[in-house]
Amino acid sequence: MRNEVYIKIENLTKTFGPVIANNNVCLEVNRGEIHALLGENGSGKSTLMNMLSGIYTPDSGQIYIKGRQVTFRTPKDSMAMGIGMIHQHFKLVEVMSAKENIIAGQKGRLFVGSAKLSGKIRKISDKYGLAVDPDKKIYNMSVGEKQTVEILKVIYRGAEILILDEPTAVLTPQETEGLFKILRKMKESGSAVIIITHKLNEVMEIADKITVLRKGETVGTVNKEDTNSAELTNLMVGRAVDLSISRVECKDKKTILNIEGLTVVDDEKVKALDNISFKLSAGEILGVAGVAGSGQKELCEAIAGLFPVASGKIEYKGENIVGKNPRDIIKKGISMSFIPEDRLGMGLVASMGMVDNMILKEYQNQKGFMIDKKIARSLSQNLIKKLEINTPGIYHPVRQLSGGNIQKVLLGREIESNPHLLITAYPVRGLDINASYTIYDLLNEQKEKGVGILYIGEDLDVLIELCDRIMVICNGKITGMVDAHKVNKEQLGMMMAGETMETVMGVGA
Amino acid sequence: MTFINILTFILTGAVTAGTPLLFATLGEIITEKVGQLNLGVEGMMLMGAVIGFSAALSTGNPVLGILAGMIAGACGALIFAFLTITLRANQIVSGLSLTIFGTGFSSFVGQKMVGQGLADSVRNSFAPIKLPLLGDIPVLGPALFNQNVLVYAGYVVAVILAIYLYKTRLGLNMRMVGENPGAADTAGINVALYKYVHILIGGMLCGIAGAYMSMITVPSWQDGVTGGRGWIAVALVIFVTWNPYKAMLGSYFFGALSILGLYLQGYVHIPQSIFDMLPYFATIIVLIMISLKKSKENNPPKALGEPYFREDR
Repeated sequence: MRNEVYIKIENLTKTFGPVIANNNVCLEVNRGEIHALLGENGSGKSTLMNMLSGIYTPDSGQIYIKGRQVTFRTPKDSMAMGIGMIHQHFKLVEVMSAKENIIAGQKGRLFVGSAKLSGKIRKISDKYGLAVDPDKKIYNMSVGEKQTVEILKVIYRGAEILILDEPTAVLTPQETEGLFKILRKMKESGSAVIIITHKLNEVMEIADKITVLRKGETVGTVNKEDTNSAELTNLMVGRAVDLSISRVECKDKKTILNIEGLTVVDDEKVKALDNISFKLSAGEILGVAGVAGSGQKELCEAIAGLFPVASGKIEYKGENIVGKNPRDIIKKGISMSFIPEDRLGMGLVASMGMVDNMILKEYQNQKGFMIDKKIARSLSQNLIKKLEINTPGIYHPVRQLSGGNIQKVLLGREIESNPHLLITAYPVRGLDINASYTIYDLLNEQKEKGVGILYIGEDLDVLIELCDRIMVICNGKITGMVDAHKVNKEQLGMMMAGETMETVMGVGA
Repeated sequence: MTFINILTFILTGAVTAGTPLLFATLGEIITEKVGQLNLGVEGMMLMGAVIGFSAALSTGNPVLGILAGMIAGACGALIFAFLTITLRANQIVSGLSLTIFGTGFSSFVGQKMVGQGLADSVRNSFAPIKLPLLGDIPVLGPALFNQNVLVYAGYVVAVILAIYLYKTRLGLNMRMVGENPGAADTAGINVALYKYVHILIGGMLCGIAGAYMSMITVPSWQDGVTGGRGWIAVALVIFVTWNPYKAMLGSYFFGALSILGLYLQGYVHIPQSIFDMLPYFATIIVLIMISLKKSKENNPPKALGEPYFREDR
């Protein structure tokens, strides 16, 4: 029984217009197996999984579920075969309770009786250790809880094959541990799990087998025991890649940014930042670690002049910039690149091409009523060459570029303005290894030039390798300020959860 | 007249005048709850009004009149549904066009009927029916329970809709379509089908609202018989925060405002236009209150006005 084949995919091909997203892809997943799907951005992982969950229809090729050939026309067909997909962006309705989200679309009696259904949901959550209150509204939940609801949802719908699209991207190390525990339980109970991820260490931790995709084609499937991170990277990228991030040193250690007692209050009258004080030197990368929504966004925006400051001081080169408008702050040499979850929300206009997006910032240096596009054009062309941005042309809407290329455009534009202080939030969010390293190199290059960098990051491994110091924030308070080379992930994770530096570092050291 | 008499008079008038608003508001609530913003309420009402009136005029049958009005409203809604769901056209533009179309359609069809009245047999079938016991309650009795058939139908539709929305599986599914069509789709809910069905039901209710105006409120056919009530209904949907029970209160309240204007004209010189303004003014106040409160519950359906296409990235 153990080696029963649950999913067999043969020669699946899918094209979007002229773009071949999947070309003759093959995949085999057994019962009781956690199978990792690895590949760079645009390698076709998501396309493949969307075909498996009935969202896209393949152009050619076959899918067999438990030996039966199937054709999925809608997500419903795929669900009926026991496939449940957990999307990267949760498919949940915020104003509904967990229970309502779980039972929607299910067959049953006309009226939604409460006690019996809640009981059934509780039973499943007990079985797999999914702690969720069925009557809690989604908008009151943390990211981890939301994900648990998603998992509960697909299990409730009878899924035996679970597909998770980058499930750990938004989780803390502790939450990730919890997720892995759940996945292992699912595996023991005989389900098949497919997990899409960029993070090699997670693959090595959780997966039994690993299939690597490159440019829409399967490169190969390997057992975890027979491989290592380096080999997987080679398979993914097609050549050997140096995985260490170099940490350059800079001699010039003048304090460039000095924040004292900064407090900001958000719309709901909650202190988003509570009495924060820290210093940032020129030529230093200061990392900021924290669970999503701990005040990172408010910190960036307060410095950039976009968020009102309730009290405290923000001194830039000795001058208090609180209350200055964003344009004055930009003119002083502070630049911000914030990559929101949807990548385009802030900073770039999706429907405009590169040139127009460059002008958005560059026009302030121009005089007169009409806009001169010449500078923006050459700037765009330079960026394309320098950062290897892959675009059909400088006028092509940035929305249609891949995520990595969009991020290069944004970061490139900010760096082009020769800032002294660069605030960058999640610059490698969702990027593959290659693109991420280009971004790290860019940041290091700036650092060498003596730029102070505030780096808000998600991946703790990267924070530890790239940054000089790491500041941990939790619920708007600083819970730790540590040297990056003297801390480990678990310690950071505990501080992110609210433990103070003294207790954590005392234990760790 | 004693105070009680005046109050009874105004409340009775409020319910009678508020009923077409209630039907149209409920229709728009259903439509918006599946994520479609149909600004064609006024148009669908006018189509229902003219077709309902002419059917009742030619057949002398009040039931056929109301049914014809319903079907006409649904036809208007079908145009909107086809444009916005199948062709994924812009909802605002499609809705406004539907209003313009419906206005023209009713003027054109009704041209020959201007000034004509319905047979007494038809009018009498909409005479008030007093409910036993309930009708004897002071003030509220005559206002709520000594009314024409359609007023009672309004109560029933509002209650059924509320139960449907919040207690049934289908209602849960349709709310999910309006909040997050992507989530609904992956839950196996047929998004387009849900949208079509609910838009059509919404259109039917708007058609009834129009037929009510032309067959009950006004004694004979006149051009533009709905007098902008479709727009009040659109505002009412926001005013009552998409809740069918509150829709009853809101509709009768706005009905009272229009009656109050007519009543006060005999005593003080306040132009009727001031009273016509009040519903919109009240809606603005409610909008401000909602945005100040920042409650997650009273907000419009999240995907309201957005087209859904599964393979969109």
